Amino acid sequence: MTWARSMRNLFSRLTAVLGLVLVFVTSANAQLEIEITRGGGSRVPVAVVPFGWEGASSNAPFDLSDVIGADLHRSGRFRPISADNMLQKPTSGADVDFDDWSILGVEALVIGSVAQTGENAYTVQFQLFDPLRRQQLIGYRMPASRGTMRRVAHRAADMIYEKLTGIPGVFGTKVTYVTAKGNGKNRSFSLIVSDMDGENEHVIMESADPIMSPAWSPDSRQLAYVSFEGNRSTIYVQTLRTGNRFKISSRAGVNGSPAFSPDGRKLVVTLGGEVGNLDIYVIEMANRSARRITSHTAIDTEGTWSPDGRSIYFASDRSGGPQIYKVSSTGGGAPERVTFEGSYNARPRFSADGKKLAMVHLDRGNYRVAVFDLASSELLVLSAGSQDESPSFAPNSDSLIYATRQGRNGVLETVSADGLIRQRLGSSGGDVREPVWSPFPRY
Amino acid sequence: MTKLKLLTIAIFAISLGACASQNIPDPEPDGSSAGNGGEFGNTDGFDDGTFGEPEEIPFDSDDGELAMVIYFDFDQSEIRPEDQATLEGHANRMANNGSDSVRLEGHADERGSREYNIGLGERRSQAVRRLLMIQGASAGQISTVSFGEERPVAFGSDEISYAQNRRVEIRYTGN
Repeated sequence: MTWARSMRNLFSRLTAVLGLVLVFVTSANAQLEIEITRGGGSRVPVAVVPFGWEGASSNAPFDLSDVIGADLHRSGRFRPISADNMLQKPTSGADVDFDDWSILGVEALVIGSVAQTGENAYTVQFQLFDPLRRQQLIGYRMPASRGTMRRVAHRAADMIYEKLTGIPGVFGTKVTYVTAKGNGKNRSFSLIVSDMDGENEHVIMESADPIMSPAWSPDSRQLAYVSFEGNRSTIYVQTLRTGNRFKISSRAGVNGSPAFSPDGRKLVVTLGGEVGNLDIYVIEMANRSARRITSHTAIDTEGTWSPDGRSIYFASDRSGGPQIYKVSSTGGGAPERVTFEGSYNARPRFSADGKKLAMVHLDRGNYRVAVFDLASSELLVLSAGSQDESPSFAPNSDSLIYATRQGRNGVLETVSADGLIRQRLGSSGGDVREPVWSPFPRY
Repeated sequence: MTKLKLLTIAIFAISLGACASQNIPDPEPDGSSAGNGGEFGNTDGFDDGTFGEPEEIPFDSDDGELAMVIYFDFDQSEIRPEDQATLEGHANRMANNGSDSVRLEGHADERGSREYNIGLGERRSQAVRRLLMIQGASAGQISTVSFGEERPVAFGSDEISYAQNRRVEIRYTGN
């Protein structure tokens, strides 16, 4: 048991004793395990050689090559070969025999090593080679501690992935989601944050009442969410590091659907008021004042900001079924309808590059995740379930995460933005819903 | 009874269980600074040891006494004729007893988007609220909350379950 872990258990004990509503830093086994349900053609064979180790103990404290290999595998684009099939296991560039790799058909070779430089200080280095061209593609050295080793591995995988595909990797990102367990009086809801590979799961908040609509702040330090504690809806913003949370809106009726502005200073929310007319509002975080953006007797909800901050896109059933509309984020001007295909388009979420909108689309009787291209107005259905919901883009705009059903329970899936690679993230139990992909990590 | 339930003990048990089987260290800020690949210091590890401010738990959050459940057709918020007489009874009770108050809890079936379903549940609550007010209840006696699809009573993915979940529950919260 590490020091950090024993401290964490002490915190858990203290939390129970003090009876806090907020649950801070509790870690359980990784709940999400990755299973690939649909591959997009052939995967590129790569080799991630077990890293070398120089240190006081006989074994390295952490196996970076495992994490890097798993990341590349999980992308759906690469197939790391087994270490058993490697003809050599070089740990420095001078030892690489390119022929041993090209004969295996390996198109990219990753080697590296970890050297201990202090009690809890290490230097990690890795190099990426093209065995066919006999070239080093990238090579880096990074400082690490036992606590940061996993993130160093994800960072290395991100750099390798970007060099090989031209697309920034998202292996160092996180996901937040809500789980529901038990029935009736025993039902409990948890707001969770974990790494994208399912490790480092943290329970952010627990309640016997529903938790909904988590949203990341642009700097990944805070989550906004809706809680129904006390049989009323309240929008909170909670700082992950400290567990402090701030009440943003607990007005009469509906307080829902929060999403941060790109500058992190405002939230777009849905307020219903005493008479239950749901409209889009913008709340200034600094003083919690609300400015009305839409005014219509229909349900206006699920607002989200365009990445340039100028527009808010939202769902409204003013034309009958829900469709996506666009309005200026400062209010004023009539909302402009964006989607026309199908009878149900709801919960828009932007890609970070501002080119696409993910949404829930009714596709021949099935609620599915679709991506709408704003330039071409083409709608591409990406999921294959009947109750798919809550899509959000990865920060590289290249894939999405959403919730689907497996029997009675919700499970999470990711899909590439072209629809070719789909993966199911297995769960240890409970109903998993409302995943949101984090922004890029700050290194 | 107290509505908020603390589940920390259960989580404590889970985290104990995790100790035994999980041997991968979690990120912990180590303050080390930039090298070739940049800084891995004080960023977003959660385990830096500080606590949030304790928040008081309201003592009086009561479930309320369930008085009536009204069901709705798919995508509808119209109150069926057979429910109107019973609702009129509740309106009369409230009109005659100003200290009575009710909470109308609106619900939707699971189909479609969650926040939009909050809207559908609220629309149903408001249909009930308007009818109660027309028949003598006052605005101050009525609060509404929509749980959307978050609190189903039937868990199947079929029309029989959906029909049970499209509902408004009337709960008396005052005397």
